[in-house]
Amino acid sequence: MNRIARMATARRNPGHWHWTDIAAYAYLGLGVVLMFGPVLWLGLSSFKTQAGLLEFPPSLLPMSQKEVRVEGHAQPLPLFEVTMEDGSKRVLAQVRRIGIQAQMVDPANPGQSIRVPIDKRTPVREFKLATENYTEPLERFAFMRFLWNSVFVTVVATLITLVINSMAAYALSIYEFRGKTAVMLMVIGTLMIPITIILVPVYLVITELGLVNSLWAVILPGAATPTGVFLLRQYMLTLPRDLIEAARMDKASEWQIYWRIVMPLAMPALAVLAIFSIMWRWNEFLWPLAVLTKTEAYTLQIGLNAFQGELQTQWHYLLAMTVVTLLPVALVFVFLQRFITTGIANTGMK
Amino acid sequence: MASDAPIPAAQAERAGAANLFAAPLAVLMRLIDRPMQVLQRLIGERRMAYVFLLPNLVFFSLFVFLPLIINFVFSVTGGAGLFPSERPYVGAQQYAYLFDCGSFLDPSSCREDHFWRGVSNTARFTVFQVTAMVLFSLLTAVVLNMKIKARGFFRAVYFFPVLLSPVVVALTWKWILQRDGLLNAAITSLGGERILFLVDPSWAMFWIVFVSIWAHMGFYTLILLAGLQAIPADLYEAAEMDATPRWRVFWRITLPLLWPNMIVVIVLALIRGVQTFDEVFVLTGGGPGTATLMVVHYIYETAFANQVQNFGLAAAASVVLGVVLFALTLAQLAASRRKGAA
Repeated sequence: MNRIARMATARRNPGHWHWTDIAAYAYLGLGVVLMFGPVLWLGLSSFKTQAGLLEFPPSLLPMSQKEVRVEGHAQPLPLFEVTMEDGSKRVLAQVRRIGIQAQMVDPANPGQSIRVPIDKRTPVREFKLATENYTEPLERFAFMRFLWNSVFVTVVATLITLVINSMAAYALSIYEFRGKTAVMLMVIGTLMIPITIILVPVYLVITELGLVNSLWAVILPGAATPTGVFLLRQYMLTLPRDLIEAARMDKASEWQIYWRIVMPLAMPALAVLAIFSIMWRWNEFLWPLAVLTKTEAYTLQIGLNAFQGELQTQWHYLLAMTVVTLLPVALVFVFLQRFITTGIANTGMK
Repeated sequence: MASDAPIPAAQAERAGAANLFAAPLAVLMRLIDRPMQVLQRLIGERRMAYVFLLPNLVFFSLFVFLPLIINFVFSVTGGAGLFPSERPYVGAQQYAYLFDCGSFLDPSSCREDHFWRGVSNTARFTVFQVTAMVLFSLLTAVVLNMKIKARGFFRAVYFFPVLLSPVVVALTWKWILQRDGLLNAAITSLGGERILFLVDPSWAMFWIVFVSIWAHMGFYTLILLAGLQAIPADLYEAAEMDATPRWRVFWRITLPLLWPNMIVVIVLALIRGVQTFDEVFVLTGGGPGTATLMVVHYIYETAFANQVQNFGLAAAASVVLGVVLFALTLAQLAASRRKGAA
């Protein structure tokens, strides 16, 4: 315990705060607000009602006006705190507003109607999470479809990437063969060609294959990643050769060596590539945007982008759907942060 | 012993979850095994390397190398057809059209003014963004490398936006920057006037730079932090013994030893900067007007989003962009070679 305390308060000059220490903590504090703040605000806002989102200045927490059911009225009525003429305060429900007058009733005594100038009343508010922002889009839009498309693309593409990239990495790390240098150069060359500069011809290839507006159009072009081949090859080079030779002695086929021996041993590198691939696929935008034109084929990212064009005034749905899109990534981050950060630090890629 | 019990259980559970995915794959792999064995008997052990390479090479050829060639074919042919056989050869016409400018410094004097708007916006964006990105990620990496409490937490704070999708990032900020958003609420509460951040051209440019730094800074910070942690501690200890002032230590020890990583960061940021599209597209849509229209946005619009799809012109613009990226990559290779030599 003592050691932890000492470690926690350790500074360059023990017992003396250099101004740079204070500046550092100030910078980090600002960082927490600036980095976390926007996402936290998104989360809070996503639970506000449509009316709550229109408020200016906005309230911090999702608050909404309290409503009450009154006998003789079909709809629930909004509650107000009213300052009466004699200065006393009462909580009344509003039936309707006529110009600057509001017609109100006492929920306890619904028969009697009271007229109040509108500036004498303030809404009664309560903390309420508008969960309908999350449930309604599921029914009203093809949101589930987009979610499913994104999951399908991410899972299938990651599996294909893992299998074919590990096969290539296996060939490049275990064998000596003619043309190996040429293949390595090809892989390096591919690393330098982003989809942004071959958008049109890849679209042509996909059209020729008859895959426009199918999810395979999104999955296939990025399945062979030079990054993945490199990452796996570097790792497989460190595996002991004796193991493979021993397996060959035992008459294991090359495929069995790859699948039964090398793959299990390369698990740490495969895990890093899997995480990268999941991130790439879940977040991919430009290529799906170009190749998917039918709503049924949209991935979550494309669907969300389309929504923001169509639902400009419906921020309550948009914010909730943004949160749903963000959640899987947030979960991956919370559980696998260490893998990701060391993966990036080791490869310099993302 | 009792405290050891949960660990095997947890392991078994994890193995169970892994089996769920592995089991169908294992069946598939066993099915592939038979033909593979036959193949191996036919071509020999050594040549199996080609078999293992085949799928990846098919993908690379189909979706990278072939497109690279077709891209060039597209850029020297005209017409509205998608299939090369439907496109008449026009020579360098697409390029000539793209580069038909009164003055290259004034996009409105160009025939294809949107392209040059894109070039000029991308250039400005990249210069601002890369400069600020390098400065802020350096500052953050240095601070995170100090003896601070909860370093892991703070590192995570700066890193997590890297994982967010561009659409999520853009919508999060759009919500904050909108007319009745959080930022305008803060400004009015301090007695200021509301600002239409994404409607004013200069503000829009400022915010796309800011948001892209917000989203990607953690990545570069991580590379620099790895570099900082590789600097031997005894250098600092020696400096401390000589009571060298901190700024001098930074200038004379930290910065020179970090320089290789700095080069990597600068070049990577440049390569990404020139290709900026996603966040800007969702946040501003290239607007107001064409104030934040980027080159990649122009290519996307010309090929896919415009009423008349002009694949030839888009391909020509991609080739131009490709040349720029190639130059930047060469710079990266040269820099990393120097890093290897040092």
